[in-house]
Amino acid sequence: MSESNPQNPRITWEGCSVLLDINDGDRLVFARLSPSSTIKIGNKKCCLSPLIGCPFGSLFQVETGPKGPYLLRLSATAAAESDHLKEKDDSQPTEGTNDNRSLIDNNKAQSLSGEDIDAMRREGATGDQIIEALIANSSTFDKKTLFSQEKYRLRKQKKYAPRVLLRRPFARSICEAYFKKHPARIGFMRVDALSLLLSLADVSAYSDVLVVDMVGGVITGAVAERLGGTGHVCNTYFGVTPYPMDIVRIFNFNDQICGRIVQTPVADLCSNQENKIEHFISHENTSSLETQPDADERSLSTTCILSDDAILEVQSVQEEISNDSLVKSVSVSETFISSGNGTSDHMDVDPCSTKSLDVIHEENASPVLKTCKSVKPGRQASPEAIKLWKENGFTSLIIAAPDLDTWKIVEELLPLLSYSAPFAIYHQYLQPLATCLHNLQTAKMAVGLQISEPWLREYQVLPCRTHPFMQMSAFGGYILSGVRICSNKPSHQS
Amino acid sequence: MLPIDPAKKNSFQNTICDGDLVIVYERHDVMKAVKVCDGLELQNRFDVFKHSDWIGKPFGSRVLSNKGGFVYLLAPTPELWTLVLSHRTQILYIADISFVISYLEIIPGCVVLESGTGSGSLTTSLARAVAPTGHVYTFDFHEQRVASAREDFGRIGLSSFVTVDIRDIQGEGFPDEFCGTADSVFLDLPQPWLAIPSAGNMLKQDGILCSFSPCIEQVQRSCESLKTHFTDIRTFEVLLRTYEVREGRMNCGGDNEGASVGSRPSKRRLPCSSAGSNGKETKGGSVMARPCGETRGHTGYLTFARLKCL
Repeated sequence: MSESNPQNPRITWEGCSVLLDINDGDRLVFARLSPSSTIKIGNKKCCLSPLIGCPFGSLFQVETGPKGPYLLRLSATAAAESDHLKEKDDSQPTEGTNDNRSLIDNNKAQSLSGEDIDAMRREGATGDQIIEALIANSSTFDKKTLFSQEKYRLRKQKKYAPRVLLRRPFARSICEAYFKKHPARIGFMRVDALSLLLSLADVSAYSDVLVVDMVGGVITGAVAERLGGTGHVCNTYFGVTPYPMDIVRIFNFNDQICGRIVQTPVADLCSNQENKIEHFISHENTSSLETQPDADERSLSTTCILSDDAILEVQSVQEEISNDSLVKSVSVSETFISSGNGTSDHMDVDPCSTKSLDVIHEENASPVLKTCKSVKPGRQASPEAIKLWKENGFTSLIIAAPDLDTWKIVEELLPLLSYSAPFAIYHQYLQPLATCLHNLQTAKMAVGLQISEPWLREYQVLPCRTHPFMQMSAFGGYILSGVRICSNKPSHQS
Repeated sequence: MLPIDPAKKNSFQNTICDGDLVIVYERHDVMKAVKVCDGLELQNRFDVFKHSDWIGKPFGSRVLSNKGGFVYLLAPTPELWTLVLSHRTQILYIADISFVISYLEIIPGCVVLESGTGSGSLTTSLARAVAPTGHVYTFDFHEQRVASAREDFGRIGLSSFVTVDIRDIQGEGFPDEFCGTADSVFLDLPQPWLAIPSAGNMLKQDGILCSFSPCIEQVQRSCESLKTHFTDIRTFEVLLRTYEVREGRMNCGGDNEGASVGSRPSKRRLPCSSAGSNGKETKGGSVMARPCGETRGHTGYLTFARLKCL
């Protein structure tokens, strides 16, 4: 991605990953921008090319032109103008006198028919004009309260002039989007829980963070984002197959950051201890195609586990592989990108749903994809790096492994941390963390032990109508945190 | 505090030196920041600890007093610092802090403006997030607080990432030199709406602002004033529920010996009776968790907004 790595990360480029917020959060879509990529909004298919080169934060509206629907960028003034139209009632500070006493639900309030609207469209009416016409022809609009007039207008706007907001994908927005649509893929981890994990594990530039990420790569990506191309995120796995980390691709990581994301089997990190890998066979592996490492990689990791002496040899094998995996990684990204949009499915399990999260797909393999091939995140850790980690210890540990025995993982991985290094363990169930805390306390392996559960509530803030949202997420996960201490019988070889 | 300096990076090789700042951990709720100084002593309720005994030990070590009491010596982190810093003002705690850092999308290299500095609890986490190439500019109108904060940042080794200045941001706004340079702005002010127009001028396009206010009336007014130049205005409340864990014996029938579930609650740490060092082999006991009885019920509302894109 080096060539497409822009001077200004606040402006999109060809090949860049974006988050599209459609109609104010109704639908969140991850997409990769290319001249040929498209998005379907309602029944309209729009080309994403007008988004290339625009600043993140730009707002677009779906308009219909002679060549069909297209995305028109709204200038701040235009957007403000139509907002102003919407909000002019708001200048009257408090509630109006209207109420719903005279509303009758007989479906006759709107005199404009579907055919009339289609006719307007054919004549080139803009979405805003259709909305005005709908309001003018609604016999009940004037009888509504100001608040419901505003809601009516917004509803019509979403239907007849949908808006697309261009967002920069960050750990925060990625986690939020997944939590909203596919919480199971990230282990039901809410964004406040993810934030806590990163803070409690003291993730900062130059950290060497040991991570067990069985939640799709969201933790790996979030840690790499905080490292900013320094330190390491060492994504470790039990057994021979690395855990999938497809979510990492949604971040716009440059080569420098991708190079800091490495994978290594636990057995390599613990090679001075007995191999205990047979205890840990991962149950939950790879639900999606692209997460299957290709055959070469699998054999590579197997070799790593078999013997330490083989490392040098493996290194040379790795060199070869990384050369020809250039080609492979292209096909991998294609697989990733081409899922979604209602066809085969990685992200979009229920295409009929109104609120959805999906990955936009490329119609044709474009040159853009080839720029993704440079540095692939998640290469095998070098023997030099592993040696350094053994000598110095990792600076912190984050675990999110819903299907493994928490205590067994901690028992095995905690000795790999420097003394006084913090750790944070995520789980969607309390009991495994309670048991783990108890065992850590009894074995005097850590201090500052704490299980916490974050609670997050969002508010509607409007003049005279401020209150918490009627619906909220009731649960975002549990976190066990603590600090490793230097025990009297050091388990470390020094 | 940050692993930027390889010589100070927490590792098996690194030991406590004369002049280091350590967090002395007595219990989960009794901690203290101490600058190690050969010849000095630390006195707690019962014991006296000689600093000279600490030098050369790894961070995370357990050290003994003259009478056999012990404490742990931990390397400072922003999280521990938040627990030990001297409260000159009401401070932000970890739940709010971590959420703010994520939501403001602060990553290495960012420029962040903050007002007021207060006790500097959030500032240390901001500094960690922007390092090694970014910078935090933090302002407070209280001269003495500014001086103490500056001293603290020096003590914990963050001076190169944080600049503290005296300025009344509500009255004067942020300095013009920061116009259009900030990736994010954090406001913790009694009347944030007065500073919002200036904050808008400081932010880069699509930059994010956060305002922390304890009262909903403040939120109401802030949101009103945000409407002109900001979008994606969202208000949250984030709290933490903590759990206490104990091993209890569930009796069936009249046998009343041993700690039963109904016995008096004890905070977190429980003597693990005869389990020895291997807790998991305990017979008949089961590990149970329940939420702690009392907790912080409110800290403040966090309002986030993005500068509209031109």
